[in-house]
Amino acid sequence: MRREVGLIATLTLREAARRRLLPALAGLSLVAVLLTAWGYAQLPHLGANSRQPLTGDQIRTLASQLLILVMFMFSFLLALAAVFAAAPSVAGELESGEALVVVARPIRRRSIILGKWLALAAVVVVYAVVATACEFVAVGLATGFVPPHPVEAALFLAAVGIVILTITIALSTRLPTMTTGIIAMLLFGLAWLGGVVGGIGSAFGDPITAQVATVSRLLLPTDGLWRGAIYSLEPPSVLVGGAVAGPQLAAFPFFAAAPPPLVYLLWCAAWVAVVLVVALLSFERRDL
Amino acid sequence: MGPGGAVIELRGVSKRYGATLALDRLDLEVQPGEVFGLLGANGAGKTSAVKIILGLAAATGGAGTLLGRALGDPEARRRVGYLPELFRYPGWLTACEVLGLHARLAGVSEDQRPGEIASSLATAGLEQRADGRVASFSKGMQQRLGLAVALIGSPALVILDEPSTALDPLGRHELRGTIRGLRERGTTVLLNSHQLSELEQVCDRVAIIDRGRVLASGALAEMLRPGGIRLRLVGLTAQGRALLEAAGPVEADGAWLLVAGVGEDAVPGLVAALAADGTRVYGVELLQPSLEERFRELLGTPH
Repeated sequence: MRREVGLIATLTLREAARRRLLPALAGLSLVAVLLTAWGYAQLPHLGANSRQPLTGDQIRTLASQLLILVMFMFSFLLALAAVFAAAPSVAGELESGEALVVVARPIRRRSIILGKWLALAAVVVVYAVVATACEFVAVGLATGFVPPHPVEAALFLAAVGIVILTITIALSTRLPTMTTGIIAMLLFGLAWLGGVVGGIGSAFGDPITAQVATVSRLLLPTDGLWRGAIYSLEPPSVLVGGAVAGPQLAAFPFFAAAPPPLVYLLWCAAWVAVVLVVALLSFERRDL
Repeated sequence: MGPGGAVIELRGVSKRYGATLALDRLDLEVQPGEVFGLLGANGAGKTSAVKIILGLAAATGGAGTLLGRALGDPEARRRVGYLPELFRYPGWLTACEVLGLHARLAGVSEDQRPGEIASSLATAGLEQRADGRVASFSKGMQQRLGLAVALIGSPALVILDEPSTALDPLGRHELRGTIRGLRERGTTVLLNSHQLSELEQVCDRVAIIDRGRVLASGALAEMLRPGGIRLRLVGLTAQGRALLEAAGPVEADGAWLLVAGVGEDAVPGLVAALAADGTRVYGVELLQPSLEERFRELLGTPH
């Protein structure tokens, strides 16, 4: 089975490279990093002509907030890339008939799904790590801001991509390509919105509205993991400011007062495992 | 092989898609080394049967074996080549790479792969396009590539589902040659087609399917009942008419008479008897036996 999974994973990676998904992602991300680097470089000059030029701490705090926004853009790009790579990889090949000749070989169907998932998960992780590393270097060189937990931030971003990749693959074993893509992106958006609505509930002390975030983060953990990325990027000054501001700051969608607890991370890992098993079973039982 | 040595054995296999019954207790047996034709109109259940044989779809009833193993067992497909009706191969790969992939999937050893790939390309007439991207191939070339994919790994059974839909006349001629070549090598071929002439020319046995059931099956010679003869006679006597009616049902066709069911061997004797009786025989035409006639007869459609 390992040989079969390896064969399909290699094929999926070759396809991603030859169909220019990898060069396109790399090129686009490089442009984004260069543009944001130019933006960070402007921060020290913002108050230069005023009576009160920005202090180093202020510049770094500002840079941290901009970095969170840029990372949000990367998380969206990562989700989009995962959806647009995964949906055609399974549903597209089923619709076109490409999958028929492969499944008719002496290969277990679960190897096909597992191989594709592994290859695309590798792309997601490498992209998340490389893109965030480049962005951290850019912000560091331009403003001197170093995220307090850079590795965790990259891993949380990668985990967001893996969650959306897994749900996309599961959906694509039963639904057409376009429907899969639309549903996956809609779920991603709804999960983020659920987090925002829950934050507003917390800020105004409404426990029922606050539960919206909890439920949405359990059903699709993209927003919960994204909050982990936010926390990893926040300097201590922001966390102190947040504590002073009180619970009202929970309504701000780009602030996280605490990292996700370990039990939640375990839930996320179990969620990915269960959805992947559902995808394997769904594909195995499907009539082609 | 199955218990009786059959390459494919289906016993009472049914398949239901929602309210549609695609296969209705289908029985089928394909023996080693034969070219077996599945004949049926569009929607008769041919492709459903092939998909169940290959484990691409699960039967809702009945059972069967493929090369001696239960349907759906991946190991059963190790020595099976398949050209689907809906053929499509990754456009970003070259023909050679597609064959390399399928050689690996079929478990062909690394040292045998180059030979297998070259041989399959040659059989499908694609040697000149080995390094061409599939995306640049015409529909016909893609079907040829599909044939090459089906032949990789020297399979014991080759399943061809409507294999000539995109081929030109020359390609169809070559395909028939390829199928005959496979039979000479002892490879079993399951040929699924609604093109009767195609099956007539290459099959040893055929099964006619309609609404998911086998209406008739057997050796091609048995299925192709003699077509009969057309006679232009003058001065047919009562005795002469009795001779004709003894040979088969007689029907008028303008100035000609049609005598159904008369084989080629019976013609000289019948003509001699008519002449001896005093009937003048101006013309005799042997009507070619046709699978189409049999097909229409079984389906109850008018000629």
